[in-house]
Parts: sequence; structure tokens; C-alpha cells
Amino acid sequence: MNNKEKNKKSIQDKLSNLKYNANSEAHLKVDIKKCLKCTSKPCTFICPAGVYEYRDDINEILVQYENCLECGACKVVCPYNSIDWQYPKSGCGIILKNS
Amino acid sequence: MDINYNADVIVVGAGPSGIAAAISVAKGAKKVVLIERSQYPGSKNMYGGAVYTSALRELLGQDIEKIKFERKITSHTYAFLNETGSFELTYQNNESNSAYTIKRFNLESQLIEIAKSYGVYYIPNTLVKSLVVENDRVIGIETELEKYYAPVTILADGVNSLLSQNLKLKQDYKPKDIILSAKETLKLDKQTIEKRFNLKDDLTQGVAKQYFGSDFKELKGYKNLFMMTFLYTFKDTIMLGVGANLDDLSKNKLNINEILDIIKTHPSIAPLIEGGERIEYSAHMIPEGGYKKMPKLYSNGVMVVGDAAGFINSVHFEGTNFALISGKIAGQCALEALANNNFSSNFLSLYRKKLEKSFILKDLYSYRNIIERLYSRSNSLNIYYPNKIKELFEIITGANCVSKSKQFREFFFKLFKDRNPIELFKDAIAFLRCALDVFFGK
Repeated sequence: MNNKEKNKKSIQDKLSNLKYNANSEAHLKVDIKKCLKCTSKPCTFICPAGVYEYRDDINEILVQYENCLECGACKVVCPYNSIDWQYPKSGCGIILKNS
Repeated sequence: MDINYNADVIVVGAGPSGIAAAISVAKGAKKVVLIERSQYPGSKNMYGGAVYTSALRELLGQDIEKIKFERKITSHTYAFLNETGSFELTYQNNESNSAYTIKRFNLESQLIEIAKSYGVYYIPNTLVKSLVVENDRVIGIETELEKYYAPVTILADGVNSLLSQNLKLKQDYKPKDIILSAKETLKLDKQTIEKRFNLKDDLTQGVAKQYFGSDFKELKGYKNLFMMTFLYTFKDTIMLGVGANLDDLSKNKLNINEILDIIKTHPSIAPLIEGGERIEYSAHMIPEGGYKKMPKLYSNGVMVVGDAAGFINSVHFEGTNFALISGKIAGQCALEALANNNFSSNFLSLYRKKLEKSFILKDLYSYRNIIERLYSRSNSLNIYYPNKIKELFEIITGANCVSKSKQFREFFFKLFKDRNPIELFKDAIAFLRCALDVFFGK
């Protein structure tokens, strides 16, 4: 397993016991036209919850917004301002009680 | 303008700055509504782990006694991590009463109860979608369901502050201005923590540790990585986290969780967290831009407080105190605006004037260049000196049957040979300038 795969698994592990109040609607949206111009796609490796995954077979960025920790790093790091970053709806999203 | 106001002041965001602002308004017997997007207070928030008593006391007076903390912090360690261990300096003060560890959910929950007792009207579970602006003046907020109106709105909506960005008070940060932090909460027996960190069993002792250094294990080879590791003891948990510059993470294609996992295996850290069961993982941005990246702090009918305004001093790990006091000051300014029935930008410039008289803008100003200076020397801080300290202490403690004079001489000459001597000079200048900035600061 290379470092990136190891990290992906580590993140999945860490997310597995987090509590969320499911948001019925995506609060993170990408503008795929801009994303396809982006060569580095930093969102795909920066996100501490591994929310963004580039699938080159279908030329899409998969956004697993349900896992979002609401830190905002993806929006700041995106070189194309491609991410429409909103908060989850009222009462939705991550619930931290031990941080 | 005839507006039916629902309240005198609306505060958006119930973190320390928002709660402080609301309490400060309620103390002046004005109607204040505190709106929070999450279901539970503090449940979107994370920090290193310490809240400062002087700021809480300034806000709450005797009511501070009502707050149940986890552990008093009596020991501060500053350390450099290297490949095989660390160099650590510990300052211990068993009489210290300046900081306590407490989980944010517990801190905010208790502060909300106190705020309610002062008459603050708390509305959780409510996302503020936008501000209501009329004739260039903020006159209220809009939630998913309805509009609320007030002559003053205080934005305490955290580091991401979409509202102050929408109002063009603030531009979004650049990656260079952000530290991205990730943290794990590790559960251990209370007794195990006390034994491991040599603490009394009555929660009157606790440790805070800050580590520089990145030249170990899989992090070796990353020459430009500005990062800092932190560890705090709570009652029956340990918080271990790391923050790294977002631009460095991006350029090195590194994920903050990858770094955290490597740190957990470091020989000086692994034994401290051994057996800890991870009960939570969280991430947060820290605004490092400071004075230079500060948003416009006020406009017609609105003020910005806490993280939303970038009020932190990361060199000293201070944040909650800046949040509490900026909130308190904004609340006081709201009261004065109400008394004078003047909510103009001109009048609310009072907020900035008061901040300038407080430690908030004084410290922010004095430290305006320091993070940049340290950042420019991050290779020295995280790689060169941690390794040099290791070499030096190998001579001091190694008892390797080689002449000490010879070793010290070699060490000294290597300081100039290992690296371009100009780098040494640049370090000296950078650190001297940091010291001068503070010495001749406000």
C-alpha cells in the first residue's frame, strides 16, 4: 500500500466513528469545467476528510460531502475558485462533542 | 427608515466571541438574539485545548466559578523533535491558574447557560444564509425560514465567515495565510494519564506541549514544511494534533492526516499516547494572516469578532482569549450605538478604537510580521536546528571517549560548513527582528 492509499484508509477509519446529522442536500459543489482545467487538483489530496476524488475514467470529481468536517481548506486551496462552499443546512453536518 | 426590529442586537455564531458579545449586550439590559447553525453549542468547533481564565473572568466575573473545566494547565513544554527523540524545555508552575483544558462542546454549552441567565435569547439549529442590507446598512439577517431585524449585527461566524466575505468586508484567505490543523481525541484512563505525565490526581495539574521539528520518518525530505505539533492533557483524554501551513501542504501534496499519523509514531510521542482509543477526529483552519490580513472590522450596522476577524496570536497559542475579549468589546460598542441611536460605520469605528486600546490590536500589530518571519525560516526551525541540537547534546551526553574540545570544535566549524553561512546570518536577523518587533511593539 503506498502512502496515499494508506492515508485514504486511515481517514476512512477516523471518519467511521464520527457523528453527523445527515444533510439531505450537497453543501459542496464543484464546477467541473473549471476542475478539468486544473492540473494539480489540490482538493483531492488536501481535504482532511478525503471528500474529493477525481475519477479520470468519467472525468468527474466525486464529492462525498457527507464526510465533510467543515474546515474550509478545500475552498481556500482551490486555484480556480471552483468550489461553491456553503455550510450544511441548519443543524446538519458534523457533530463534535470531544474536540 | 421604518423597520420593525425583532431585537436590539443579533449575534451570528455561538462560539466564544459570539457568546461574549451576546453576554456583554445582555448585561446592558438590551435584547440580544444569539443564532447558532449547529444543534448543540460548540459542536462545530475544535481548538488545541486551552481556554484562558483572565479573559473568562473579565467577561463573567464571579460566574467563572460556575464553569467546570477538565484540567488546570501547570506545565508548558516547548520541544524540538528529531529522528530518534526530542529536546524539550519544560516550564512548570504548580500555582498557575491561567489556563484550563476543556472540550469545546462543554465550554460552549456552559457559556450558553450562563448567557441565558443574563437574558440572552439563544436560537440554535439555525443557519444564517445572508445579511439583510438596505441602503448600504446591515439591518438584519435571513435564515432558511425568516428574516430577523436589528439595528446592530455582530458577525461571530468563525474562520470561514461567509457573511463578512459576502459583505465585502473580507476577502477569502490565501493558502499561505492558513494553518490547517487536524486533531485526535484519545481516550485513556484518568490514572494512566496522571501516571504518564506525573500529575496529581485531583485535576489541578495538566500539561500543554508544543513541538517544532519535521525531520523524521516519512516526513524526511520535505524541506519546506511549516508545521507544529501540540498535545494537551484533559481529564481522561489526550488531544494530539498538528497544524501545517496550507500552502506548504498543497505544494508538497501532503494531507494533514498523513502528517498526524506519522507524528503518532514518533519515538517521543508514541509512548505518551500509547493505548489511547481514538474517540474523535477533527479539523479546522487557523487564520494566521494576522494584522495584515485583518478584514474591515465594522461597517454600517455591523461588527466582526473572533476568528472571523482573524484575531489570534499563534506564536503564543492564544485564540479563545482574543475571541472572548473582542466579543465583549463589540457588545459594549453595540450598547453605545444603541444609546446614541447611531449605527453608522462612522460611529462603529469606536469598535476599532477600543480594540486598539486593548491587547488585541496591540498584540496583533506587534506580531504582524512574526509568523511571516518564522515561516521564511521554517527549514531552520523544523529541520536544521532540531538536528543541530541533537548533535550538540550527543556531545554533551554521549560519553563517547573522544576529546570534548575536539568534538565541540568540530561542532562549531560544522555550523558554518553544513550550510551556507549566509543562512545562519539570515536566521539571526529573522529572530532578532522578531524580538525587536515585540520589544518596540505596542
